[in-house]
Amino acid sequence: MGKILAKPEVCMGCHLCEIWCAVAHSKTKNIIKAFNYEKSKPLPRIRVEENLPVTFALQCRHCEEPDCVAACISGALTKNPETGAVEHDRDKCVGCYSCVLTCPYGNIFINDESRQIIKCDLCAGLDSRYCVSHCPNEALVYVED
Amino acid sequence: MNKFNYLIIGNSAGAVGCIEGLRSIDKKGKIGLVSEESHHVYSRALIPYYLDGKIDREKLYYRPLDFYDRAGVTLFMGKKAVTIDVEKREVELSGGERLGYGKLLLATGGKPIFPPISGLDKQNVFSFHSYSDLQGIEETLETAQNVVVLGGGVIGLMAAEVLKRRGLSVYVIELADRVLAPVLDETASRLVEKAFQKAGVKIFLNNTIQHVHGTHFVESLTLKDGSTIPCDLLIVGVGVAPRVELVEGTGIEVKRGIMVDKTMQTSVPNIYACGDCAVNYNFVTGEIQPLPLWPNAYLGGRTAAFNMAGVEREYTLGTSMNAMHFFDLNIINAGLNVTEKNAGNWKIVQCLDESNNLYRKFVLSDDGALKGYILVGQINRAGIFLNLMRRKIDVREFEQELLDENFGYSKLPAQLRWQLLKEDVILGVV
Repeated sequence: MGKILAKPEVCMGCHLCEIWCAVAHSKTKNIIKAFNYEKSKPLPRIRVEENLPVTFALQCRHCEEPDCVAACISGALTKNPETGAVEHDRDKCVGCYSCVLTCPYGNIFINDESRQIIKCDLCAGLDSRYCVSHCPNEALVYVED
Repeated sequence: MNKFNYLIIGNSAGAVGCIEGLRSIDKKGKIGLVSEESHHVYSRALIPYYLDGKIDREKLYYRPLDFYDRAGVTLFMGKKAVTIDVEKREVELSGGERLGYGKLLLATGGKPIFPPISGLDKQNVFSFHSYSDLQGIEETLETAQNVVVLGGGVIGLMAAEVLKRRGLSVYVIELADRVLAPVLDETASRLVEKAFQKAGVKIFLNNTIQHVHGTHFVESLTLKDGSTIPCDLLIVGVGVAPRVELVEGTGIEVKRGIMVDKTMQTSVPNIYACGDCAVNYNFVTGEIQPLPLWPNAYLGGRTAAFNMAGVEREYTLGTSMNAMHFFDLNIINAGLNVTEKNAGNWKIVQCLDESNNLYRKFVLSDDGALKGYILVGQINRAGIFLNLMRRKIDVREFEQELLDENFGYSKLPAQLRWQLLKEDVILGVV
């Protein structure tokens, strides 16, 4: 499986990856509708880390030996043996936060509204990985193995 | 006689960790599994969520119903392993059937502790541990008004919260002078107690059950301090003890739990153990101790699997750790629990905003390594601290940053940051 990698030196800290990640995971996939009209606030699964002048964006690394999968009490988190993606089943997630406890990157986030967690799904089912394709300075790239 | 390359006794997190580990490297070896309970593998840790109405019964299952089929596991359900013949490498089941093994994993779990109080054998007394507890609790809840939870630890408080949310009168009885004493410090305990108080749960501290009243069913309780409380349902949640009866007389060493080395092998070759029945290596203290926690069971089983299949691996990532939530309060802790009473010479970095229920506390050793932490209120990105602790990183240079709610890798010194993220970023492009 490939990986999304960050190029901190060319990241401008514009947060557009967060915006487009939220859109990618919204109902309408439309930026205006998603932020203005959807009932649930669209949330990003990527986080721009900032300590100016340093900025870079990271999301779930889809680890080889994912601690979150080991810690998940409900079976909601699994590592797909074919694709290698760490997948999250919302129907099973109870919001125990064991994954928040164990993710070494701190890249599993809490949705305060649903109290479940949200994480990067590599834009499964979409035509592109939104954080990568919408980064105006190519500070996020998808690298195949 | 059935013979297996790998035989697993037990059917929970450790067993699944082992099966998934085995099948990642050995697709063919014959796996057998003996389960005392006859249910498909379910997650005990979901019992509170089920009683809270968050999930239905089907979602108690920890893995899909075809999990064992797909993994090619032969099941012996509703059977109890009675003895192990370590010479012949055979396990005898209830009913007399014998199973041969090449490698054996003991994942027999824990059994709920019932304190020596007479009357805890009545029909409306349950632990919070198994499917049958859940069924009993559900039936009793149909007519219950007053619930008493014995034990103010993680399990007891989770039970108390969900039952309160169901509209019942809930009383918690804790022997110590505060709740969650083994895992949190005084300040964090106080914040948790406040959350329960606000929700209307009555907590009795420094207290225990003196007398249980009622004939077949508990009707009321008299506590040590003399007060009497009504009780239609009594939940005993004071902890679990390792289930080790299977290894008695086998020569497998037991010390608080089944002793294992870092490869999860017991003192008898070809026999491994993991989870609540076993001890674990605590990487923070260097001690060998029971760590009855879900991630330790799963990873212990997974580590055992690799060694059972001939690929050497050690499990050295375990320590005390909990993610908890009570009403609106989220809490994460890991590592050493340094309290006012056992403060020692640790360096403490902490901040408290009591009115907003926010608290962060970090315990540092002389050489600046993280030895423990407590986060209350804001737990986002907590796993980074576990990573720093596991890697024994000297955090002194950025210790005040740990208190920042927006802590992340960007707050680390550049060299350390890029070393930790070397697989994740591309540098040197400009």
